[in-house]
Amino acid sequence: MLALLHTILLHRSTGKFHYKKEGTYSIGTVGTLDIDCDFIDFTFVRVSSEELDRVIRKAVSEFKDALSNSGSDGMGQISLEFYQKKKSRWPFSDECIPWEVWSIKVNVVNLANEQERQICREKVGEKLGEKVINVVEVINRHEYLPKMPTQSEVDNVFDTSLKDVQPYLYKITYQITDSLGTSVSTTMRRLIKDTLAL
Amino acid sequence: MDSDLSPQDKKDLDKFIKFFALKTVQVIVQARLGEKICTRSSSSPTGSDWFNLAIKDIPEVTHEAKKALAGQLPGIGRSMCVEISLKTSEGDSMELETWCLEMNEKCDKDIKVSYTVYNRLSVLLKSLLAITRVTPAYKLSRKQGHDYVILYRIYFGEVQLSGLGEGFQTVRVGVVGTPVGTVTLSCAYRTNLAFMSNRQFERSAPIMGIIVDHFVDPPCSSQRPTHMGQPCNYRAPDEEDGGTFAGVQDSQEVCTTSFSTSPPSQLYTSRLSYQPAALAGAAELCHPAANPNQVIHRSVSSSFMLLTDPYGDDDGLSQSAEGRRDEGRRSVSPSDPVESLSAFTRKVGAFVNKPSTQITAASLDLPFAAFAPRGLDSEENDPMVINMLTDIFCASLHSQGSEGSGQQDDFVMVDFRPAFSKDDLLPMDLGTFYREFQNPPQLASLSLHISSQSMADDLDSLPEKLRVYEKNIDEFDAFVDMLQ
Repeated sequence: MLALLHTILLHRSTGKFHYKKEGTYSIGTVGTLDIDCDFIDFTFVRVSSEELDRVIRKAVSEFKDALSNSGSDGMGQISLEFYQKKKSRWPFSDECIPWEVWSIKVNVVNLANEQERQICREKVGEKLGEKVINVVEVINRHEYLPKMPTQSEVDNVFDTSLKDVQPYLYKITYQITDSLGTSVSTTMRRLIKDTLAL
Repeated sequence: MDSDLSPQDKKDLDKFIKFFALKTVQVIVQARLGEKICTRSSSSPTGSDWFNLAIKDIPEVTHEAKKALAGQLPGIGRSMCVEISLKTSEGDSMELETWCLEMNEKCDKDIKVSYTVYNRLSVLLKSLLAITRVTPAYKLSRKQGHDYVILYRIYFGEVQLSGLGEGFQTVRVGVVGTPVGTVTLSCAYRTNLAFMSNRQFERSAPIMGIIVDHFVDPPCSSQRPTHMGQPCNYRAPDEEDGGTFAGVQDSQEVCTTSFSTSPPSQLYTSRLSYQPAALAGAAELCHPAANPNQVIHRSVSSSFMLLTDPYGDDDGLSQSAEGRRDEGRRSVSPSDPVESLSAFTRKVGAFVNKPSTQITAASLDLPFAAFAPRGLDSEENDPMVINMLTDIFCASLHSQGSEGSGQQDDFVMVDFRPAFSKDDLLPMDLGTFYREFQNPPQLASLSLHISSQSMADDLDSLPEKLRVYEKNIDEFDAFVDMLQ
């Protein structure tokens, strides 16, 4: 269980700082908050928005439950997708076009005793640090960002449902694969579902 | 270059860069204050919320930054650097990181100043926020307190990375292209954090006859490498913090094994008692009361034992004959820390009084000088032991590198001359030191008339002790489980 909590916190930390891309475009300011991870010796910065925090936590705990239900040696992947909505003509509904997708692969690890856990904690802390640096590197490549929308098109680019910050439109999805590696079938299923969902 | 840029844009760009520099310094310094930063998001911006980020402005820091900039802006060849260093309560300092805001010549003419550059600078600041929590100095700064403090220094001009030691790592926070150049923010941080304890050590090593730090330092730093600036164990008896306890757990483990060849350990006790000022704990060793505080004091002696453990092992072998004379009583004692402690306390008296008449003012400096004037005894020890001991003490003394006699035969009385030693300073002579070690004085407990008395006492108290320990067996089991 603690191993799962590990992964979940690993999640929480990486999930949170993804929100570097929220814009405020002349509306307001974004405050920041330092969060210490409970089980890992790591501190990350997140946006100080309780609503956003709640949304992320909910998604992450769903993922965690799914992982724990799948069995002891599960693997999973959680994806954070930033998308843009594009209004299409009737009768089709709006298209969601992702412009950036972050995927985190998670492996559940069972740790036998306190010593192993301690070693794992330190390793995970270091890895997290490296991942933060990677994320920052990628973000700083400034590859693509949606154009700043006009007033009427704000909802197509930004998530205006939160009252204090305004991240880009995002979606969190996850999938669990058990250790037998049935991911191929799940991928196929997903592909078909996605094409039909248009 | 500037002809493509409108005057308004140029002004804006300069303003952005200036405030970016100021905000960068704020972020870095605030990240090293040792506290968690918390700012609120608000939907109505104020004038000081540059880059749409709520970063508080500490006035002192702004003042320092403005002073360093002196009206200039970071430009090509003029970098703004923030140096983070650690300073211990003893005055040692070490550079930990250098954050550099540089500009190079690569221009991005097509970029829009007021919008894209601004947003990218904002993203860069956010990245800086994240990266400042990732470097090793962050963890150090969160733990700063009375042992050490984190200091910052802002300077302008050439980047100086020489103080970061070997193998420092660089992480690039990000770049933003502007029409006048590319702004780059990077951090170079030291990876060799162990340098700290070495430096403390180097400072004290050349002087012979140094205070107890000299000998307790190596085991101390090997036990607790992450406790930066933690002075040696001679302060440990006074401080009952968690760190000391953690060290004690380990040393207790070591203690029990080293006690199995315990006779030489009594020698160490006597040495400890010679450090009057530094080792306050040693005096406490004389108290037979077994309370939890004793455990801390023992960490002093046990770490001492770490240093000289090989000697202990070997000497035990050669003295096994004597040990057997005591009917293996000593083999019983090591398994129990408290009992060994009482064994300790009993033996201290044997040495505290004996050489006191021979202590001169000069030899008080050298812990083992008291042994020097004494003549050779007829006891013979394994010369191999001497070699090993020589190696250990030579390493710590940083002085002579002699290998001792090199004779491998047992029971041969050799009058050896250690290489590289000088004969003029008699009390400090390495040769006499070796000789004393070769022929330690007869242990009080081994002399028959005392041993019979003490043995009887010991045997009497044994059943009682066993009863007490059996009563507490649950505690010990819980302790063992906890360790696993």
